[in-house]
Amino acid sequence: MKNKEPLILAVVVFFTLVTYYLVEPYAHHVMHKHVDSENFAYADLPAVSKKGDATRGQELVMGAGACTGCHSINVADMPAPMDAVSAAAAYGVNPPDLSNAGVVYDAKFLNDLIKNPAHALLVEHKFDAAKGQMHPMVAFYGAGGDIDQETADMVAYLQSIAVKKEDVTSAMAFENACGRCHAVGYENWTQIGTKPKFKHEKDGLAFDIKVLDYQDTLKKYMGKLPPDLSMYIRSRNEHFISTFVENPQNHLAGTAMPRTGVTAHSMEKIIEYMKDAGDTKRHERESVGKNVMIYIVIFAIFALLWKKQVWRDLH
Amino acid sequence: MAHFTKATSVKDWLDQRLAVEKLEKVMMSEYWIPKNINFLWAMGMVLVITFALLVVSGIFLLMYYVPTTAEAFNSVNYTIMREVDFGWLWRHVHGVAASVVFLIIYIHMFTGIYYGSYKKGRELIWISGMLLFVAFSAEAFSGYMLPWGQMSYWAGMVITNLFSGGSLHADGLVEWIRGDYVPAQAFLGRFFMLHVLLIPLAIMGLIGLHFGALRIPHVNNQDGEEIDFDAEAKKYLDGDKAGSKVMRFANDFMSKDMMVVGVYLVFFFYLVFYNYGFAMDPVNFDPANGLSTPAHIYPEWYFLWSYEILRPFNIDLGLILFAFAQVIFVMLPFLDRSPNTCAANRRGTPFKVWFWLMLSNMIVLTAMGKLPPEGIFSTIGLVSAVLFVVMWLALPVITSREKKV
Repeated sequence: MKNKEPLILAVVVFFTLVTYYLVEPYAHHVMHKHVDSENFAYADLPAVSKKGDATRGQELVMGAGACTGCHSINVADMPAPMDAVSAAAAYGVNPPDLSNAGVVYDAKFLNDLIKNPAHALLVEHKFDAAKGQMHPMVAFYGAGGDIDQETADMVAYLQSIAVKKEDVTSAMAFENACGRCHAVGYENWTQIGTKPKFKHEKDGLAFDIKVLDYQDTLKKYMGKLPPDLSMYIRSRNEHFISTFVENPQNHLAGTAMPRTGVTAHSMEKIIEYMKDAGDTKRHERESVGKNVMIYIVIFAIFALLWKKQVWRDLH
Repeated sequence: MAHFTKATSVKDWLDQRLAVEKLEKVMMSEYWIPKNINFLWAMGMVLVITFALLVVSGIFLLMYYVPTTAEAFNSVNYTIMREVDFGWLWRHVHGVAASVVFLIIYIHMFTGIYYGSYKKGRELIWISGMLLFVAFSAEAFSGYMLPWGQMSYWAGMVITNLFSGGSLHADGLVEWIRGDYVPAQAFLGRFFMLHVLLIPLAIMGLIGLHFGALRIPHVNNQDGEEIDFDAEAKKYLDGDKAGSKVMRFANDFMSKDMMVVGVYLVFFFYLVFYNYGFAMDPVNFDPANGLSTPAHIYPEWYFLWSYEILRPFNIDLGLILFAFAQVIFVMLPFLDRSPNTCAANRRGTPFKVWFWLMLSNMIVLTAMGKLPPEGIFSTIGLVSAVLFVVMWLALPVITSREKKV
């Protein structure tokens, strides 16, 4: 009798793959909107035509630009005017420290942000100046000269004080761009910073109360408390997170989440941070996986040889 | 009282007390298997191995899992996935095995249907197998509650709601099952107990029954041929191994079982390490939140076909047909009135069409059960669900007209 097993195997594999295709790739394709990456080009923002001068930029940032009225610049010894909780109470969210803004965020984005925050952040549906809904970050209206030159100077200054691109760490990128709204419990990160180890329980509770106060104002500012991102790398996925951060409106029109304007490189770092939080053992999985596969293939070969030996007498 | 002599060896000592030699013959070396079978007959062993993987990985997970609504999610996603050495491995093995076990069960079931392995004294094998299917379904569902993610919570909500019986509005029953108005601590504690104790006990008992039911009628073969096992076994034992129609379970068939298991494990561990996403729904990595319903609620893939039989109809008819779909497979040995026990393809056109259409239709139902019930998908789902019911009602008619082949 002819050996029908290859045919039977083909039938089993065929029906299995059809089922898999329909319930996994196909169903997810139908259920979830596909958003393509825009390669972090921020093509909707005007190109930067002027070459900035960091020295003049420094004068503007510290002086006429009035950035330091709200933002700290720790590397330039400019402390924050208020602690995080009070700042959130004043502005809705704690304004970021600008030490590394020049490297974490895209230059084109920063230029537009300084002149028109709600526009760059894609939150004009929420902050419409015509209706008196002012964005808490006051737009820069110019210091008397060419405003485009002035913003280019300020951005040049921010770039000059920031760390080099290759020194951007995953935590730095995440904390700058995401960490003032999103907690990451599994990395011990709260919206007001990493929760330290306290010797006395009372101090820990006092810290928690600060976090809760901060979250209360954040809730009012954003409409709901932005989610803890500990497991987002698994509950969403890399492509979703990356395209969502790039332009939240593409996924969820009307969302209060602003565009953060991170560079493609910062986005990679943010993803790395989220993988460390929610897919911590991925490297171990790869190495163990390889070894298990080698072991099991050898097992299968021995099993095959054993079968051949046993069945030699049966035919 | 039995007479005991001084043992000559450890084996002899055991044999006098446990009859290990007899046991070995009954269970292994003189448990006769027809030679005319193919690799699909190894699915039983593949299931045993998968079940063993589930039990072992489950034991490791049980050491760290915390069955409280406050801690369950973190005990899985933080403690087990980050803190415990190789906790991630046990979880992925457990999750993937829980999904793959159903793939093998379905292959095993359709093999049985195709070769008529539920006929001629093999009815109890089929029935105990279907009871195992029910037990595995309950085990899978209760296990799915435990990570206490969004899908756990909302699947728990939807499935327990079914017990209100539609227009009967037996809301008291639903509350009694949940121990609360919504899935909460009592619910989680109960499903935890079911998952780690009561249902596994039932499964182990049913596996015993399933094997026991197999021992007297023996396994079927590719042609449904009635074999005189005593005569063929004698031939084998007299040395005509090649001429006999049967072989020993061990080592003869077991060597083939192990070969299939080897290939299966390559596939299985590939899934565990490189393609586990299908078994671990992304939505369940969001913590349970009773105030936020996920955009799409769907069961795991292996429940989708019966979910789709529920979904296209109004609640009462849907529930009736859902109940029908749950029990109808058990009735197969009595609904198939045909005198033939052989491959579906050789039983004449009506049953041949019935078999392949049933298989394809269940795949269509599975796909539609996951897709959002909109537009063309709800139409296809409705047609498939009606077709499923009609085909089962038609089965006794078409099989009783079947000619003896």
